[in-house]
Amino acid sequence: MDLITTFFNIDVLRQAAPLLLRGFWLTILLGLTSLVISLSLGLVVVLIRLYAPKPIRFLAIAYIDLFRALPLLVLLILVYYALPFVGIRLSSFWAATAALSLVASAYMAETFRAGIEAVPRGQFEAAQTLGFSWPRMMADIILPQAMRLVVPPTTGVSIGLIKDTALASVVAMPDLLKQATQTQAFYANPSPLVGAALLYLILLLPLVRLVSVLEARQKRSR
Amino acid sequence: MSQNPASTSGTDPIITMRKVEKHYQNFHALRDVNLDVRRGEVIAIIGPSGSGKSTLIRCINRLETISSGEIVVDGAKVEEGKNLAFVRAEVGMVFQQFNLFPHMSVLRNVAIAPIRVRGIPKAEAEKRARQLLERVGLSDHVDKYPDQLSGGQQQRVAIARALAMEPLVLLFDEPTSALDPEMVGEVLDVMQSLAATGVTMLVVTHEMGFARRVADRVVFMEAGQIIEQGAPNDLFDNPQTDRARAFLSAIMHGD
Ligand SMILES: Nc1ncnc2c1ncn2[C@@H]1O[C@H](COP(=O)(O)OP(=O)(O)OP(=O)(O)O)[C@@H](O)[C@H]1O
Ligand SMILES: [Mg+2]
Repeated sequence: MDLITTFFNIDVLRQAAPLLLRGFWLTILLGLTSLVISLSLGLVVVLIRLYAPKPIRFLAIAYIDLFRALPLLVLLILVYYALPFVGIRLSSFWAATAALSLVASAYMAETFRAGIEAVPRGQFEAAQTLGFSWPRMMADIILPQAMRLVVPPTTGVSIGLIKDTALASVVAMPDLLKQATQTQAFYANPSPLVGAALLYLILLLPLVRLVSVLEARQKRSR
Repeated sequence: MSQNPASTSGTDPIITMRKVEKHYQNFHALRDVNLDVRRGEVIAIIGPSGSGKSTLIRCINRLETISSGEIVVDGAKVEEGKNLAFVRAEVGMVFQQFNLFPHMSVLRNVAIAPIRVRGIPKAEAEKRARQLLERVGLSDHVDKYPDQLSGGQQQRVAIARALAMEPLVLLFDEPTSALDPEMVGEVLDVMQSLAATGVTMLVVTHEMGFARRVADRVVFMEAGQIIEQGAPNDLFDNPQTDRARAFLSAIMHGD
């Protein structure tokens, strides 16, 4: 009885709902924006990492290593609190987007690399002997095969990214977690936190399941 | 086939290899290779494993770079730069492992290069792809994907794919070695009919019967060198070098 009024207090949940949903929407928006940017950036970085001339290639390697080593929270705080000292002032949304995209793109690049390297040499050679230019070969022959191979791990990285959006509450972005902690404080009742947890699950559980299904399907088609 | 390379025939070679040397790090894979290929000629390249047969034909379209010497294809020196696109478009290749594009239908496999490389409209390229697939006996399979075909069928698609670029020269690297024995014949038949239309062909092969029947000239290689070459009957029945004799007697007496 007490448990229910404490953790699933309907009155509190009902009143908190608009704020929670607004936060949920912002979380989704942040996740999607960062996802689109990190996918595109990851593709550019991996192509440089694999095919650019040596010195530029090392820059891509440094980028990938750096952003995989740096804790996301540290990067986020640097972007939000340190960059203003050099005159770069980002809103909490764009600071979070930048930090999430930088880190996720490094992981995306490594994932894509595994996919490109798994495409047999004969595919490159067949395209070259038919006269394909390098960009056409990548676009028509290599990347479609590579991307198909890495759909499950890429979805995995995407899930990690969406989870990490919760860190944005640290830089005062009114995302789902931030709204939940604020309403919890306001009503002195933890139900909004439980509500937020449920919303995260609604968003992420299907994706987690999807990864498993895709992995199983890929194993079968081998 | 609409265009017939043999019709422009002369005695001028379509491929010339001059003093070609090839090193893989410390390994000397081709030694002083000189070879002229005339238009419409069918050349079979034979020799023991590791003798440099694949390396030789892969240098012609620059899948491998040569260390020194010169290769000229239809007047264009094979080198990095503008010539390379020309050479690649004029020289087709068929691989031992087929190397079809697994994410495309059979029709798309054959039509894609003319569309992307030659800029031919899709409808026209597909119409021509259907004709080529009919020619290799695969009209009923145009909408399938490569993994739905047998090895012999896949290799015939690969031949149609190479022909779609209307190359002056076709290179074959052991096109039947990855096939089950019962499928070797169907691929060799297609190649034989191609040879009859006057396409210039360089064929690395262990199929001595095919070489004897179809080739105008047989080239025997060993240790990166061309040891001996000549008309099939001369080379097979009356080899001039000990090494060619030893190789041929070894394969005649069952592997
Ligand atoms: N990428 C490479 N790096 C180093 N050595 C190589 C490479 N490719 C080929 N070689 C060597 O060069 C030699 C010639 O190889 P090649 O593949 O041309 O022989 P081949 O006559 O086609 O033999 P096979 O009948 O087995 O196909 C071999 O000894 C091989 O080990
Ligand atoms: Mg070989």
